Amino acid sequence: MDFISILSIFVMACFVGYYVVWSVTPALHTPLMAVTNAISSVIVVGALIAAAAHGSPVGKWLGLGAVVLASVNIFGGFAVTARMLAMYKKKERK
Amino acid sequence: MEHAAPPAWAMLAYLVSGVLFILALRGLSSPATSRAGNRYGMIGMGIAVATTLVTHEIASLPEIIGAIAIGGGIGFVIARRIQMTAMPQLVAAFHSLVGMAAVLVGVAAYFNPAAFGILEPGGLDIAKQSRIEMGLGVAIGAITFSGSVIAFLKLAGKMSGAPILLPARHVINLGTLAAILVLVSLFHMDTPALFAGIVLASFAIGFLLIIPIGGADMPVVVSMLNSYSGWAAAAMGFTLHNTAMIITGALVGSSGAILSYIMCKAMNRSFVSVIAGGFGAAPEAAGGAPKEQRPWKRGSAEDAAFLLKEAENVIIIPGYGMAVAQAQHALREMGDVLKKEGVNVRYAIHPVAGRMPGHMNVLLAEANVPYDEVFELEDINAEFGQCDVAFIIGANDVVNPAAKTDKSSPIYGMPVFDVDKAKTVMFIKRSMGGVGYSGVDNDVFYMDQTMMLLADAKKMVEEIVKALAH
Repeated sequence: MDFISILSIFVMACFVGYYVVWSVTPALHTPLMAVTNAISSVIVVGALIAAAAHGSPVGKWLGLGAVVLASVNIFGGFAVTARMLAMYKKKERK
Repeated sequence: MEHAAPPAWAMLAYLVSGVLFILALRGLSSPATSRAGNRYGMIGMGIAVATTLVTHEIASLPEIIGAIAIGGGIGFVIARRIQMTAMPQLVAAFHSLVGMAAVLVGVAAYFNPAAFGILEPGGLDIAKQSRIEMGLGVAIGAITFSGSVIAFLKLAGKMSGAPILLPARHVINLGTLAAILVLVSLFHMDTPALFAGIVLASFAIGFLLIIPIGGADMPVVVSMLNSYSGWAAAAMGFTLHNTAMIITGALVGSSGAILSYIMCKAMNRSFVSVIAGGFGAAPEAAGGAPKEQRPWKRGSAEDAAFLLKEAENVIIIPGYGMAVAQAQHALREMGDVLKKEGVNVRYAIHPVAGRMPGHMNVLLAEANVPYDEVFELEDINAEFGQCDVAFIIGANDVVNPAAKTDKSSPIYGMPVFDVDKAKTVMFIKRSMGGVGYSGVDNDVFYMDQTMMLLADAKKMVEEIVKALAH
């Protein structure tokens, strides 16, 4: 992909992010932070590429380190978000 | 295959995972759809990881699986055990991990550019544009890391929440930032020293930026670091030409930026003044005038219970003090007893209550308070005129009328609850001595209709519950 297509995706995604985030209810702002934290660990893609590659032992170990850190975030982030969201209940109407 | 661009289906798969991440955030528009949203997020992450593993030749699968298992296990255990009151420091800690991961990936790409497909076409050098992108990604990642570590230490109480003010800190900070920009722009030349310089200067600036910021401004800082972690991921996405990373980075980046904006607005502070730091450093300076002794009324748990029972409408305003005293469960119990007596009980939450956006809502949800009894500032503020009891627990600045009337007050202009319109105000506070983070005295203490309930918040609420039973 050339730089302009990537930049286009990025700019569009910023706008999508802007509108989607404004529609998040303030009551869920803490879960929002936890889940954005989890998804920003998609950086694990880069970590996996580094860890999987031949050729550079230093690069491989740095990559493995990044995989560990990102995995803490992915599993921790999604699990803690799920835990929080499970607590939001409506009034029981009798 | 390893050095070639990923196949078309892989690019599509990354796009799908990006879209699933958008849906994950979209789900949070209401608690009812949020759980499905979270699942979309997990599926998106699964797709991204699987696609990466399938499309790359893997030299060391056992190590990778081991790394995921170790990290995942640690993350899962932490997520299970963490207390909801500790959520702000957990989120800060997680941000630091994203930042560090970005730095590690950037450095790894520097050592093994071939694997990342960022070599100059036909050459052995890293393409110039990729270098700049890499430099930026590593810089933002390093700032996120060291800034989040400081935010974590402050939030966890392992470091004083008071601002640490270095002399000439603005000069040092601006100088360091400028140095980082210069280094990144020079990084099109292949000089390892430049790369090391970027990393070190960025670690330093993250640290320097956060130490002067006081505890009350932490909600802004946590949101801001949230935003940075997104921009770091986006910059790495540019380096790797990866749509999932770019979309996610943009989403997270805007999310954190919007949250910082909401927090700043709720405190009527400009983003620049928060970042400049120093707020809450010198309480003596605030106001200036010596504190006069004004009459105030002290109430007992029995008095409070009597008035609450007689009331028709009660609005509870919780603040960070409630979280510190772990009074949320006792508070919900009190609410339940009152509801049985036919009292209309509602909760009013200020955007900056707690240590991160939405923190108070999570704590109330944990204590089983139904979310449709919890209201935001603008939705409930008009109701105080019909309110019999405004019950303030662990909050202070967010009910201070000085924000509306006193132009010299440091919190002037901040939107506050109009508790002075309520028939009775009950104010739970440890003692008359302490003031809010802003260090300003609060006229609500001295109003005719105010009853000060001086005690530990949890004990006081428990005593009220006991008194209500009689």
